[in-house]
Amino acid sequence: MEIFVQQVVSGLATGGIYGSVALALVMIYQATDVVNFAQGEMAMFSTYLAWSMLNAGVPYWAAFFATLAVAFVGGLLIERVVIRPVENAPVLTVVIVCIGLLVIFNSVAGWLYSYIQKPFPSPFPEKPFKIGDVFFGAHDLGALGVTLLVLLFLYVFFRYTTLGLAMRAAAQNPVSSRLCGIRVGWMLALGWGFAALVGAVAGMMIAPIVFLDPNMMSGILIYAFASATLGGFTSPGGAVLGGLIVGVVENLVGTYVRFIGTELKLTVALAMILIVLLVRPSGLFGRATVHRV
Amino acid sequence: MALLEVEGLEARYGWTKVLHGIRFAVEDGGITTILGANGAGKTTTLRAVCGMVRATGDVRFDGQRIDGRATEDIVRLGIAHVPEGRGTFVQLSVEENLRLGAYARREPGALARDLARIYDHFPVLGERRRQIAGSLSGGEQQMLAVGRALMLRPRLLLLDEPSLGLAPLVAREIFRIVRAINRDERVGVLLVEQNVATALDLADHAYLLETGRVVVSGPSAELRRDDAIRRSYLGY
Repeated sequence: MEIFVQQVVSGLATGGIYGSVALALVMIYQATDVVNFAQGEMAMFSTYLAWSMLNAGVPYWAAFFATLAVAFVGGLLIERVVIRPVENAPVLTVVIVCIGLLVIFNSVAGWLYSYIQKPFPSPFPEKPFKIGDVFFGAHDLGALGVTLLVLLFLYVFFRYTTLGLAMRAAAQNPVSSRLCGIRVGWMLALGWGFAALVGAVAGMMIAPIVFLDPNMMSGILIYAFASATLGGFTSPGGAVLGGLIVGVVENLVGTYVRFIGTELKLTVALAMILIVLLVRPSGLFGRATVHRV
Repeated sequence: MALLEVEGLEARYGWTKVLHGIRFAVEDGGITTILGANGAGKTTTLRAVCGMVRATGDVRFDGQRIDGRATEDIVRLGIAHVPEGRGTFVQLSVEENLRLGAYARREPGALARDLARIYDHFPVLGERRRQIAGSLSGGEQQMLAVGRALMLRPRLLLLDEPSLGLAPLVAREIFRIVRAINRDERVGVLLVEQNVATALDLADHAYLLETGRVVVSGPSAELRRDDAIRRSYLGY
């Protein structure tokens, strides 16, 4: 029973991280109909920036928030400089640009920081917590808390601020948004900024678990795809919930299904993508879009 | 000086030219209507005024050139457009739709007052303020579109077939409100309308478009007496 609860909690912690990357994917997908394949590498690169600052002696939380600021501005600039010129191009063109970004970030990180794994510190104590009879990893609980805080912040921003409302409007109906005086291009850029910020949080929370290296997000990105597919690419809340489900299922299957173990966990994610696409292509909470012909 | 003065307006979609240098004006506090058959270029004219289609020509709002500017900048000058098809944000609530209409304005405290004003004009929107706008009926969405435009506190209102698909009673209600706003707040109106009799009733000036050219223009009262218009558009 203890093992079960522990596995669920640590599944929720990694699931929250999958969920945030999934949320970043969904934010950009909703606004532009494009899946940003570079989302993971952008997060990885932000995490390296945090590592550089920590290495230079900057205190953890200062480095954390500085990284968020840089990631936000970086995401915004990427949209303005790289994505904007292909805004009206066919979807495949944008996808290729995103894959190009992926390769660039990956190689630049490898070139600057080498491909050798680095330990990345957790801001939370190493000693596990004991609640009742069960031990919980402090980083698991802390990461889950940080993720939930970020989600709460985004929820409040999009739900209650005028700028958040304008961003949702721009994603849904660009033509009407312009008629309301909304600068749609900038709203899309802000969306990229927020997605990069969420990704940076995810990177800094997952790095203590998987170690920091230029390829650390490739697996996470697949879990994030599974989460977004499960929750629905058109539902931000669904993507987060999908992430939590994927995280927990992954952990439980790895623990209790002997032949899967830790080696075949990633396969579970791919199997989930496949099943969702076969059974319910719009995901648990997504809307199926109907096009009139 | 007229509120909106347009001269030599040309627009094309791809290779097809749809406006061949038209000229019209909306007086300050006046109502101008553009009449014409389907495909004559009425909607394109409205879209060209607020920069939604690429167009050339001289468009002056309040004496200031606005042709070639971005739609969002033109809107910020105080030109509200109720587009063909209503442009509802279908996944947002009624109130959120209205708040977006006031997005370009930055007066603190004005929002609540203007929302109250819209709910006063359209009580049904007030009853459904929390509802998702996509669940409204066609008539309610048209009211919402007009309400959203009014939230800008515009000086010029562009209306593209506001009565399309509406029950006659609802259409009459919308025209009554447009007339009230025009009279009480001196908002200029540029109206495209399929119901020619109503449009001529409401407007002080009318222009008849045929395949992208103005063929008849003048005070509405004169056009109402024009034989050609009576036969082709009024049907008596």
